[in-house]
Amino acid sequence: MNVWDWNFAGQIIPALLNGLRITLVATVLGSLIAFVLGLVLAILGRGPRPVRIVVRAVVEFVRSTPLLVQVYFLFFVLPTFGVVLPALTVGVLALGLHYATYTSEVYRAGIDAVPRGQWEAATALSLPRSRVWTGVVLPQAVPRVLPALGNYVISMFKETPLLIGIGVLDIVGQVREVGGQSFRYVEAYTIAGLLFLLLSYPASLAVRRLERRRAVR
Amino acid sequence: MIEFDGVEKRFGDHVVLSELSFAVAPGEHVCLIGPSGSGKTTILRLLMTLEKVDAGTITVGGTSLSHMDKGGTLVPADDKHVREVRKRIGMVFQQFNLFPNMTVRGNLIEAPTRVLGLSKEEATARAQELLDLVGLGDRMDSHPTQLSGGQQQRVAIARALAMRPDVLLLDEVTSALDPELVAGVLTLLRDLGASTDITFLCVTHEMGFARDFSDRVMMFDGGRVIEDAAPEKLFTAPEHERTRAFLHAVVDR
Repeated sequence: MNVWDWNFAGQIIPALLNGLRITLVATVLGSLIAFVLGLVLAILGRGPRPVRIVVRAVVEFVRSTPLLVQVYFLFFVLPTFGVVLPALTVGVLALGLHYATYTSEVYRAGIDAVPRGQWEAATALSLPRSRVWTGVVLPQAVPRVLPALGNYVISMFKETPLLIGIGVLDIVGQVREVGGQSFRYVEAYTIAGLLFLLLSYPASLAVRRLERRRAVR
Repeated sequence: MIEFDGVEKRFGDHVVLSELSFAVAPGEHVCLIGPSGSGKTTILRLLMTLEKVDAGTITVGGTSLSHMDKGGTLVPADDKHVREVRKRIGMVFQQFNLFPNMTVRGNLIEAPTRVLGLSKEEATARAQELLDLVGLGDRMDSHPTQLSGGQQQRVAIARALAMRPDVLLLDEVTSALDPELVAGVLTLLRDLGASTDITFLCVTHEMGFARDFSDRVMMFDGGRVIEDAAPEKLFTAPEHERTRAFLHAVVDR
């Protein structure tokens, strides 16, 4: 038996691409949650003391526990409370929540980098608090941190295979299915690896370009 | 217009202002001079509610900055009260602090539309008028980064004026400018002082400006007013040794 069978490789590609689609869906939706929730956490982290302490505690807790544990926890514990969600939904929520704690730190750094004079000028003009955020601080803070956010998207993309633990048929899930039926693993895992490389390498080049562009300005 | 009564401000153990009391009449132009760290800028920041007093009261146009009347008793001011008083006060900063994410137009219409409720057209008309006044009528669509320091500061002055304040606070507005750009900004301020009835309170190291712009000059040292006099008197015949030493050091350099 050959180590590499081109015929077999051709046969399994549709299944793998199907898996890749799931991986991308999980990454995109997970990123959206991470972007929005992270921003909310970062803003609340600048709120009154009690709020700040709770936010801090949540962020530290989520960051200090493994993503896989969080995935399992949501998948097996939520049904106990009557919340039964499809595996992919749970996976997206877990990824989004986990990465939100990282993106919140990224946003925080961006917000801290906005000079104090900007807040003071906005206060001196009597702008309402909400407008200070949406009109003055965030438009300056967010563009600065886009490269860092991009890196977390790539990182999340590469971590989605964790979701096979709860039965999400992402690309690696498909590889395991294919392997289980044919006992051939070389082609499937190799193609899966290549597909990851094919997407994350250009993505990281794009992030680097974004970084350089920001550095020049 | 402005009244400080027994105001004290500390940063940790450091007492910046102690037992400070003074009043400024409507339309009066008052310059604060004195060595760095003597608490001059803190006075402006307290008025702008960027800092809170530790003791004493500050009133602007008869309204307290820190307290409000609620059913006959004085209670600490809430956000709404502070915002209301703040609307009557404008401030121009040493570092301009224009919003770099907006054009000049955006900087000028932001607060009038969001805070005063002007329509975009009204606010833009007001912005154009003010830009013409500060000599930058054609820079409406420029970005702050495309302007020189002096131009940025003129826009910052126009931005403060767009709120039609009763009181304008000027915090060392020419200290960050190239020497050749200082004169233009000071001329603009002199014109404003002559053509409006705004009450001006300015911290400055430009003694020539303090002398011909103000009705009154207050000399600060160590958080206290050590001399408070008309400029003709303070600059020519200061009473205190400390004032003489300070003026000697800054004027004859």
